[in-house]
Amino acid sequence: MTDFWSTWIIVLTAISFVLMIWILFANRKREQGTTEETTGHNYDGIEEYDNPLPAWWFNMFFLTIVWGIGYLIVYPGMGNFAGVLGWTQLTQYEERVADAEARFGAIRAAYLEKPVEEIASDPALRKMGQRMFGNNCAQCHGADAKGSYGFPNLTDDEWIYGFTPESIKATLTHGRVAAMPAWGDVIGEDGVKQVTAYVQSLGDGGNADEATLKAGAQVYQNFCVACHGANGEGNVALGSPNLSNDIWLYGGSAEQIAHSVRAGRNGAMPAFGNLLSEDKIHILTAYVYGLKQ
Amino acid sequence: MSELNPALEHPTYNYKVVRQFTVMTVVWGIVGMLVGVIIAAQLAWPALNFDLPWLHFGRLRPLHTNAVIFAFGGSALFGTSYYVVQRTCQVRLAFEKLAAFTFWGWQLVIVSAAITLPLGLTSSKEYAELEWPIDILIAVVWVSYAIVFFGTVMRRKMGHIYVANWFYGAFIVAVAVLHIINSLAIPVSLTKSYSIYAGTVDAMVQWWYGHNAVGFFLTAGFLGMMYYFVPKQAERPVYSYRLSIVHFWALVAVYIWAGPHHLHYTALPDWAQSLGMVMSVILLAPSWGGMINGMMTLSGAWDKLRTDPILRFLVVSLSFYGMSTFEGPMMSIKTVNALSHYTDWTIGHVHSGALGWVAMISIGATYHLIPILFGKERMYSTALINTHFWMSTIGTVLYIASMWVNGIMQGLMWRAYNQDGTLTYTFAESVMASYPGYVVRALGGTIFFLGMLIMAYNMYMTTRRDVEPKAVPATAGAA
Repeated sequence: MTDFWSTWIIVLTAISFVLMIWILFANRKREQGTTEETTGHNYDGIEEYDNPLPAWWFNMFFLTIVWGIGYLIVYPGMGNFAGVLGWTQLTQYEERVADAEARFGAIRAAYLEKPVEEIASDPALRKMGQRMFGNNCAQCHGADAKGSYGFPNLTDDEWIYGFTPESIKATLTHGRVAAMPAWGDVIGEDGVKQVTAYVQSLGDGGNADEATLKAGAQVYQNFCVACHGANGEGNVALGSPNLSNDIWLYGGSAEQIAHSVRAGRNGAMPAFGNLLSEDKIHILTAYVYGLKQ
Repeated sequence: MSELNPALEHPTYNYKVVRQFTVMTVVWGIVGMLVGVIIAAQLAWPALNFDLPWLHFGRLRPLHTNAVIFAFGGSALFGTSYYVVQRTCQVRLAFEKLAAFTFWGWQLVIVSAAITLPLGLTSSKEYAELEWPIDILIAVVWVSYAIVFFGTVMRRKMGHIYVANWFYGAFIVAVAVLHIINSLAIPVSLTKSYSIYAGTVDAMVQWWYGHNAVGFFLTAGFLGMMYYFVPKQAERPVYSYRLSIVHFWALVAVYIWAGPHHLHYTALPDWAQSLGMVMSVILLAPSWGGMINGMMTLSGAWDKLRTDPILRFLVVSLSFYGMSTFEGPMMSIKTVNALSHYTDWTIGHVHSGALGWVAMISIGATYHLIPILFGKERMYSTALINTHFWMSTIGTVLYIASMWVNGIMQGLMWRAYNQDGTLTYTFAESVMASYPGYVVRALGGTIFFLGMLIMAYNMYMTTRRDVEPKAVPATAGAA
């Protein structure tokens, strides 16, 4: 803040205090005790007594003003004057964080030294992990981690980016951007229907006729195989889901699959690397890794 | 209405515009509180938004706040100020056509709000959500209001200006300044604009406005109401002229500083947070000055409380005023705010002011006015006023008590941590724990709302020319 604005604030504040004190004392009355004397005004039948300011109220007002002046000496307030304590909300925050680190940092650091597989079933870790999961992950993946439409279930057998501590940690740290392209304009509505039937046949079947399946297989070979694999087994390196089991992120009905093919899908897992410290991500990784067991 | 009954016209004063605003006070009170009850119920039972965007909490909540503050409270302030300024200046309202314009203009503002907010058209500034064309209409109506009010004051037949008019005057001037400065925006279309302020400055301007909407609209304006209707209804002189001078000037000088306490522990610089907090704490005494002056005015007339439910409304409103103006400075202290901020405690605090103070003093003043404006001896049923009084009081107590419990519980749950340093509760757990409080709050709000329906019936029966007021039972209000 420039000196001008700092002075401006100090002067305005000082004027306010001076005026408050002046008006308080200027309207003080020497004689205490209530009176029947009025000001002589009469407004629509309403008169006004000339009673003194109640002493306790006067004192309370005066004391809060004195306290206010004291506060502005001790804490920041008067423009650029930092206050004699040198307090700032930032230093208060940093002190609190340092204090928490001193008390709890060692607990987390101990886990960070151990591999995920080793600590994933540790009861104390699972408690910590569950709390962190509840406040950071449950909004999308659910308190039970079973996911919901568009948000993967973390307790089942399909791991789109692979079931390894490294891949889970990478997902947590850097987030994921999943992009299924929209094929509607490329393969046409017939192509969408055919490939949908074919994709359904990869898993539990479906009931399409031979010709449709054959046409669908052709579309699949041309457009889908690169990511989802020859048999629809998916590819964890690309994050393309397995299409041959009965786990469906966006629903497994013909209509829902057709929509995924036609319009594409965009999945986004946010990156937590800037929000949570490395040890916390390690603990969360172990917690998530242990969910499946 | 006056066209129907010319006998209602006062020989000296313009009662027509007062009557219009007074009737609309009751109507908008019912509408605004009904929306409040609906959104309170949605928080307990979310399915009640019926998956319709127009009924979504996020759209109805600003409709509720605008309807109760500006439609209900605003109509009460317009009506009573036009009445009080005429009576205490002993002169007819100045610029009567302009006064009529303020009535119809203000109603147009309210109807526009009731249409645009459910449609999702919003500037997203709290208590200033209306988009720029409506903001301009508000500014025009408000400047007209100032011209009518101060024009009347200038024509007064009295040497002095009564204290009620100081407060009404300060309210009118300050709200004009606050509204215009906070609403400055660059329109990009008829229904969308962007604030000319950015980032922290925008937040500070918003809460300078927001807190002074409380300070000047909901406090100074209603203190003006208090200074006329309390001594009038109690038939006692105002306790202390000196106290009114000191607390008036201190209140208007200090309130304008208090906004930053809404932005504790944010990007707002420390110095601004401190000044906001210091001034908020100092504000306790100036705020209580009005309560003392109102309460002490009753000394020598306390017995009237036994028989006069209108006076009960006025006195209990002063008690809630005293309570919430103690709570406010306390919550502005950073340490307390760190617990209370973002919790339901804030909602409870607002409603102890809004239901307990603003609504109850407006209801009391309206009950005082209706018979006068419609040429009746008294309200149709004094017993029903008493019923309304108890419903309002019980409703308010249920509301604020449930929000205190919820708020403090949420604040404590959010900061609780385990031996391993993790948070003890998830946010979702604090929401689940708040459920009983939400049910009790909806119940309290419903009771308060039903009381307003009784008021509407009582008003209707009072305005009917073929119905005489019921005799006041000897035990009226002794319940």
